[in-house]
Amino acid sequence: MSTQQIGMGNHGMNSTAPRERLVVVGNGMAGIRTVEDLLAKAPGRYDITVFGAEPHPNYNRIMLSPVLAGEKTFDQIVLNTRAWYEENGIRLISGDRVESIDRAARTVTAVSGLTVGYDKLLLATGSNPFIIPVPGVDLPGVIGFRDLADVEAMLAASKSGRHAVVIGGGLLGLEAANGLNINGMTVTVIHLMDTIMERQLDSSAGTMLQRELEGRGLTFLTGANTAEIVGEGRVQAVRLKDGREIPADLVVLAVGIRPNMALGQSAGLECGRGIKVDDAMVTSDPDILAVGECVEHRGMTYGLVAPLFEMAKVAADRLAGGAEAAYAGSVTSTKLKVTGVDLFSAGDFTADKDCEDIVFRDASRGVYKRIVLKDNRVRGAVLYGDTKDGAWYFQMLKDGEDVTPVRDTLIFGQGFGGGEAANPKAAVAALADSAEICGCNGVCKGAIVKAIKEKGLTSVDEVRAHTKASASCGTCTPMVESVLAVTLGAAYAGEAKAKPMCKCTDRTHDEVRQAIKALGLKSIPDVMQRMEWKTADGCHSCRPALNFYLLAEWPGEYKDDYRSRYINERVHANIQKDGTYSVVPRMWGGVTTANELRAIADVVDKFAIPQVKVTGGQRIDLFGVKKEDLPAVWADLNAAGMVSGHAYAKGLRTVKTCVGSEWCRFGTQDSTGMGIKLERMTWGSWTPHKFKMAVSGCPRNCAEATIKDLGVVAVDSGWEIHVGGNGGIHVRATDFLVKVETEEEVLEYTGAYMQLYREEARYLERTAPWIERVGLDYVRTRIVDDPENRKALHARFLFSQTFSQDDPWAERASGGVDRHEFSALAQVG
Amino acid sequence: MDQSMKWTVVGQVEDIPRQGSRVVRTESGNIAVFRTAADEVFALEDRCPHLGGPLSQGIVHGKRVTCPLHNWVIELSSGEAAAPDEGCTGSIPVRVENGTVSLGLAGFRPGLGRGGCSHG
Ligand code: SRM
Ligand SMILES: Cc1cc2nc3c(=O)[nH]c(=O)nc-3n(C[C@H](O)[C@H](O)[C@H](O)COP(=O)(O)OP(=O)(O)OC[C@H]3O[C@@H](n4cnc5c(N)ncnc54)[C@H](O)[C@@H]3O)c2cc1C
Ligand code: SF4
Ligand code: FES
Repeated sequence: MSTQQIGMGNHGMNSTAPRERLVVVGNGMAGIRTVEDLLAKAPGRYDITVFGAEPHPNYNRIMLSPVLAGEKTFDQIVLNTRAWYEENGIRLISGDRVESIDRAARTVTAVSGLTVGYDKLLLATGSNPFIIPVPGVDLPGVIGFRDLADVEAMLAASKSGRHAVVIGGGLLGLEAANGLNINGMTVTVIHLMDTIMERQLDSSAGTMLQRELEGRGLTFLTGANTAEIVGEGRVQAVRLKDGREIPADLVVLAVGIRPNMALGQSAGLECGRGIKVDDAMVTSDPDILAVGECVEHRGMTYGLVAPLFEMAKVAADRLAGGAEAAYAGSVTSTKLKVTGVDLFSAGDFTADKDCEDIVFRDASRGVYKRIVLKDNRVRGAVLYGDTKDGAWYFQMLKDGEDVTPVRDTLIFGQGFGGGEAANPKAAVAALADSAEICGCNGVCKGAIVKAIKEKGLTSVDEVRAHTKASASCGTCTPMVESVLAVTLGAAYAGEAKAKPMCKCTDRTHDEVRQAIKALGLKSIPDVMQRMEWKTADGCHSCRPALNFYLLAEWPGEYKDDYRSRYINERVHANIQKDGTYSVVPRMWGGVTTANELRAIADVVDKFAIPQVKVTGGQRIDLFGVKKEDLPAVWADLNAAGMVSGHAYAKGLRTVKTCVGSEWCRFGTQDSTGMGIKLERMTWGSWTPHKFKMAVSGCPRNCAEATIKDLGVVAVDSGWEIHVGGNGGIHVRATDFLVKVETEEEVLEYTGAYMQLYREEARYLERTAPWIERVGLDYVRTRIVDDPENRKALHARFLFSQTFSQDDPWAERASGGVDRHEFSALAQVG
Repeated sequence: MDQSMKWTVVGQVEDIPRQGSRVVRTESGNIAVFRTAADEVFALEDRCPHLGGPLSQGIVHGKRVTCPLHNWVIELSSGEAAAPDEGCTGSIPVRVENGTVSLGLAGFRPGLGRGGCSHG
């Protein structure tokens, strides 16, 4: 079959003719984009086989940085699921590297020995991290930042080690450093030049960025040259040419990338810095095409997705039988994906004497903008702190537009003059149809508007699915939303995304939690400031949530804000309908003593408490206590050894038990003792919603363990752990999580499970709806399949507990905490 | 405001926690005295217009308080419930001088809207 097949190529294939075979080497962003474009142009034309060295389906490599920073999960960045390959009849051979090409026989052979024949071959092998030529680079613990395996290695290192050194202060290095810092490592960035990201930023912007990142805890050594990586059996330090040595448990090499052309080279294809291709993306062999970072085109190589996607389009056209599409090279722009840092750079900003420089600085807002003009045309732009006009400048740069008419106000951005600068929708409405909205995928406004109108799209997700706009790095999502809003007008219902926390903010619970972690926010005002709250000090709905998130994120460091606590948690008693309070002392595992009962009886008499009731949680509730009597009631209960039962808390409530093997003729284990141990470990903890446990001594389950947040059921050979039950408004029986043998394991699983719930559930989300949302499988992978993670979660739980196991009653009864709560300001008359 | 108003000193601004409240007991019932994040001071009858919940126990945000019993939101300056709820609780005139808080208690009767209450 010939290369230049004539004909429509579309649906016109005769079904009896054998289909042409296309083999794709490289299951990455450029390769699969080409396949997608090809499927759109000529569905069914090829019998397609894709080889990928990584064991995963195609994912959004760009998003590895957010995965490292904990802002996204791997599942969220998968671009093509295995089901997609199946639906499109594509054979995916993942986890198998192609080793050789036999151009004469037209076959490729992989490491596994598998040989597949092709009529057309597409090489999309990406690139490799550049390995600096110094001793020690091959030590364990030295890695690049290129694929999921690297991210996993970094996350693992952040659990076992403390010091990370990132060599290279460019885009990739900084994203790695930021991510490692968020994961708790002390990070030093070693950079050869005097300012970081010098290829994209001028020294002013580079310095501002460095300050910002230093503020987050990163250390920079600029003008620093690596001499050696030292360590015995494993990396231990990095030595600089000037003799300094920086301790390192992990070294990330991020000094650049090199096109991965080994396969092409060994097959005798013409190569320079990459595999050489012509404007049709065809290599020196007419049946072999190449796209992506592995190619060299007109002497250029690329390391960003926008040009690769343009290449993909051309290659797909060629494979579909077209003869016209041609690639002419790309101008690129850059954004840094570090949450909270706004940075944009494009073009050339090394001003020479024929260039004009327009600079704008607003130190208090942290804004810096610089536009470099030559012959009244934008030649380069650097924006820091305020990047909303990045796309506009970039468009003018690519179009070579004469900016004379707007020259005077150019630096203030597109919205300037109309008094509409603050309204992004107006700015988007003013854009021409040819204006580019999504830089990565080269989608212009007109294409989006057309898709919205013709296909009746109503959400960003739909626009993304149909046009690819905002499908890669995601920074243009707000622009796409504006295009939707402008196009649909009143018909645009907004995004059906997770709801904002409350009317004080547009942010969702998850966004806020991620920001607290990623930006290191440590107080409620800080969160409100950085996340642009719309009210001065929030409301009764967001403040308790923020207080909890901060408490959970920074144990020991964040000081609980009692003004943001619901009254019950503020005064450690439950308010009743008549304004009095109820008092519930803890009864560990539901066990009490004559002394405790006597003390309770005495308190009831002494303070004339109107009602005493046994609760559904196996303890005793004293109803109708006057607020001003609370400290004295507590003091008396404390004196008999009793502490708060936290019957009011979004935290551990009770651990119900049955009598178990101590007395019961069916009991298999000491369920009462187990329950007491669990309650001793977990009391005082704060969780997103209340948390209840129970332990039953046999499967008859008299403690009703299977409707608890965590229930333990003893069996002959050990303990079954069940999770996600609820006996409240919607009854939900637990899911079985795991069976273990020892009490220690029960404690470890419980701590890990509570910590996972605490770290990831939304405020006021009980474990039952949480598990329904994230899935039991997810919980399993985090704490059953991954013992290291379980141990780490358990350790974090215990660490937090060291700050929260003080009896709040004692602190108030005798410690004088919040004294003002329990007395009147004045008595008048 | 009525210049002849009789003012009763009840304490110092400092005695009231910021974004919090203290209770002043009177023969005609409790008054909740609030201090906002911006240090403004307001006083309301300590009874929610809904079912009488003690507003002094609520969370203070902006110039509002949320009742601890069923989350009605009450304007501190007027005692009015925020939409969609409807109702009003009595508000008491407050004077702050050199950090000393005084209330204008003349005519304060529980359930009798005063001050900004438009339909009490
Ligand atoms: C006192 C008690 C009833 C009793 O007299 O037995 C009780 C009393 C209240 N429960 Fe309960 N619940 C009590 C056991 C339960 C149980 C049974 C249990 O724990 O085994 C359940 C069902 C089990 C469960 O939670 O899954 C239960 C499900 C609820 C719910 C529904 C929760 C849900 O997820 O659907 C609420 C409402 C809420 O939390 O939003 C609630 C809320 C309440 C509140 C806090 C209502 C309120 O907001 O004022 C009551 C406060 C009483 C007080 O001032 O002390 N209570 N409540 C029980 C105290 C147990 C303890 O010792 O701490
Ligand atoms: C952390 C990180 C952040 C980034 N951020 C941005 C960003 O913000 N904006 C941006 O535009 N770009 C960004 N990039 C760059 C972007 O991800 C790449 O330009 C793009 O992924 C390159 O696509 P590709 O298909 O050429 O290579 P890849 O996506 O790397 O795909 C190549 C695939 O081929 C496989 N392969 C190689 N050899 C063989 C073989 N012999 N047999 C089988 N399989 C093989 C590889 O394992 C790999 O899976 C980032 C990159 C990284 C690593
Ligand atoms: S079931 Fe619970 S919430 Fe309802 S009245 Fe009884 S104690 Fe109150
Ligand atoms: S009593 Fe205040 S809201 Fe019901």
